[in-house]
Amino acid sequence: MVSLVEMPPETLTQQVPRQNDRPVDETDGATVMIDVRDVDFAYGGNQVLHDVTLEIPPQAVTAFIGPSGCGKTTLLRCINRMNDLIENARIIQGAIYLGGTDINSPKVDVVDLRRRVGMVFQKSNPFPKSIYDNIAYGLRIAGIGKRSQVDEAVEKSLRGAALWDEVKDRLDEGALGLSGGQQQRLCIARALAVEPDVVLMDEPCSALDPIATAKIEELIHDLKKQYTIVIVTHNMQQAGRVSDYTGFFYLGRLIEFGTTSKIFTNPSERRTEDYITGRFG
Amino acid sequence: MSTIAVTSRSTRRGHVTEGIVFTLFRTGTYFVLLCATYIFLDIGIKGGQTVFQKAAPFVNLTFLTEPPQTLYVFDYQGKKMELSDRQFREWKTTHKEEVEVTSVSYSAGGIWPCIVGTALLVIGSMTLALFIGISCSIYLSEYSRDGRFIRLIRVAILNLAGVPSIVFGLFGFGLFVIFFGWNVSLLSGWFTLGLMVLPAIITASEESLRAVPQGLREGSLALGATKWQTIRKNVLPYAMPGILTSSILGIARVAGETAPIMFTAAYAMRDEMPWQVPHWTNFFFQGVMALPYHIYVVSSKIPQNEYTERVQYGTAFVFLVVVMLIALTSILLRERQRRRLSW
Repeated sequence: MVSLVEMPPETLTQQVPRQNDRPVDETDGATVMIDVRDVDFAYGGNQVLHDVTLEIPPQAVTAFIGPSGCGKTTLLRCINRMNDLIENARIIQGAIYLGGTDINSPKVDVVDLRRRVGMVFQKSNPFPKSIYDNIAYGLRIAGIGKRSQVDEAVEKSLRGAALWDEVKDRLDEGALGLSGGQQQRLCIARALAVEPDVVLMDEPCSALDPIATAKIEELIHDLKKQYTIVIVTHNMQQAGRVSDYTGFFYLGRLIEFGTTSKIFTNPSERRTEDYITGRFG
Repeated sequence: MSTIAVTSRSTRRGHVTEGIVFTLFRTGTYFVLLCATYIFLDIGIKGGQTVFQKAAPFVNLTFLTEPPQTLYVFDYQGKKMELSDRQFREWKTTHKEEVEVTSVSYSAGGIWPCIVGTALLVIGSMTLALFIGISCSIYLSEYSRDGRFIRLIRVAILNLAGVPSIVFGLFGFGLFVIFFGWNVSLLSGWFTLGLMVLPAIITASEESLRAVPQGLREGSLALGATKWQTIRKNVLPYAMPGILTSSILGIARVAGETAPIMFTAAYAMRDEMPWQVPHWTNFFFQGVMALPYHIYVVSSKIPQNEYTERVQYGTAFVFLVVVMLIALTSILLRERQRRRLSW
């Protein structure tokens, strides 16, 4: 167990509850899905993450909270190496392990990694294609072109994203004709279609109204039975409602990480408490 | 009191300025409209007399479907005869008398080879320019990382856009015609014209690619697509309408320029049609007639009279129609692509 300087030991040694009956493979350390160790991250000369260490358990929802610019989105985008797209952005120290494998090792194919680690973006980004083609996109690029197979996956993912009943009669219509909340659920369905292990969500509800937000939160709750979910959110109540674990970030440092109930009711750090009670941020 | 007076005077001055500026802008716009109308009417009316006729089939098919011929004009038994080369030879077989003949080059027959030649030049050079241009813009906007070298390339492209067309003509003559030994040929013309429109196409394609939201790229990459899959399936299709728009302007330019082809691809007169070649490879190494070059030849290379004017205006009229048709095709293609996108 890697210890955190700023974290009291009890939050780390907290027993991670097994969320369901998925068989546990003892060798790959099934209680840790994503292991972030001592990560320093910089955009050029501007270091935005300092020595971040945390362990994200499988089949649970982990929320990253903190004020704007605290590095939570940056860390999220490190997990599927989305930051590779940004010039001069790199991890300068430390490593991130997914199921025991260093995701930045030269042996790891970034394409495979992103297939295992799906992502839902802050601004919903349905492709300007039909609803069907949006979902089928990930399958087709993976080389799955058989109509029956794709049909099945499309239905399954749309059901998984609680969107099937609303769109089943208009799968051939443009995805941009959907409402904002439906578009975001479509993006979730699209991410689910390639059957990832992990789904990263970057403020998925920030542009949605309360009803659409409630639907997505309900969906997240259902999804954690099958997927490991990491969600970045600005909305404290949302973190409280949907997550099992919460990490509080401030100025590029992980201040505190633990079960959501612990962070929200009895935080060990003064800054966490101040943020959660709305004294700053 | 005084403050109000000052305000009102300056307000009045503001109104006057407003009026002057507005009138100026409006006059400018009307002036452009006037010029355009005059040009189109002039060419339309005078050219229409050559291209259309009163009797059925109302279109001068000879003019549209035959190669140019020399016109023979003479008086015969008090009647004025205007015969094309071929007709004149036939006439001679039946009439043995000596007549005083005036011959006018290119003023009989039609301009079919020029229409074909221009179409071939446009298709070939645009294919070439779009292929190289899109590749280049994909490299610049999707793959390259900003640096000194890339900035240098951009400056080079901008400079290329400013090069006069006659310089492209001479360049093409030196490189393709002489150095590569392609002679005056379609291939030399394609490359010369293609290079000429390349900067415009690169710049416009890059703009179109950049206009595709970054979220679509990230969304695709996050699903495990490779960079090339992302570009091919989720960036390029959305940029295509914009690229085609830019190519419409390119088409007008490629079809219209005389200077680049006069040394590299155009013949003043050629009897065979481009498909009448001994072997298919010869197709690429033949010179062709072209509409703009034909206009140039009939307006400045041969003695002018009433007969040549008919050909000049007729050719100009057909030329405008051909360019419009090609542009229209391109617009239809773009609209079809746009509809498929369901933005």
